[in-house]
Amino acid sequence: MIVPFSHALILAGILFLMGIFCVVVRRNLIMMVLGVEIMLNGASIAFVAAALRWQHLEGQVFVLFILAVAAAEVSVGLALIIYAYRKTGSFDPARYNLLG
Amino acid sequence: MTIYAFMFYILAAVIVVTTGLAITRRNLVHAVVYLVFSFFGSAMLFYLFGAPLLAVLEVIIYAGAIMILFLFIIMMVKAVPDEKKLFPLRQWLPVALMGVVYLVIGAVIISADPGSQVTLKIALARPEVFSEYLFQRHWLAIEMISLLLLVALIGALYLGRKKPEEDV
Repeated sequence: MIVPFSHALILAGILFLMGIFCVVVRRNLIMMVLGVEIMLNGASIAFVAAALRWQHLEGQVFVLFILAVAAAEVSVGLALIIYAYRKTGSFDPARYNLLG
Repeated sequence: MTIYAFMFYILAAVIVVTTGLAITRRNLVHAVVYLVFSFFGSAMLFYLFGAPLLAVLEVIIYAGAIMILFLFIIMMVKAVPDEKKLFPLRQWLPVALMGVVYLVIGAVIISADPGSQVTLKIALARPEVFSEYLFQRHWLAIEMISLLLLVALIGALYLGRKKPEEDV
């Protein structure tokens, strides 16, 4: 016996909201990508808890896919950030206001 | 309260506190290191929830690879602190209010659902069982994910290459 399923879901929700807060409030591209990571982590916790609640492996399989997608997203995202940094010399998304 | 419930609440508190510290740090290196702590907590939570393979992968991929990649990027470029004031009030107050509203409504919905009151039972998905399930049911998704990682690798290489001079 661990805890009710609802407590795990609420923990996942708190983490997801923290990720949203980080993405919306911070004015730094690296911190925004970190916020997306936090959101993915919250979703993973919800999936693992659901896998335990229904005693089914499907949720854990999805967490594996989330890990792979997060790795791909971070590599491309950080490459894009470096590309934009070379053009503008800043991490501030408000500076990226020119096309081309 | 069993020892497992006690461990869950300790881990949940550690995860929430370290994540909260991470998203409010001004220094990016500090934020990343706090987030490593948070991911270690998540890995232990995965183990508690009966997913030892995912716990190990979380440490290797999230806390190991992804966070170290962030550290490399932060150390590669001269991180000039762009944010003069960390949180302008008019920027974070609406987000915090909406977040609290969502959290309250979500908690009410979750606790009103009788299906969510089920107490989680201890179980353990052994890695060989998990892998067998994965490769029997989801082999196509595994192939697609590997293709996605290959495309991401090529994209990152393309974006990160040195430009020829006339191409600016």
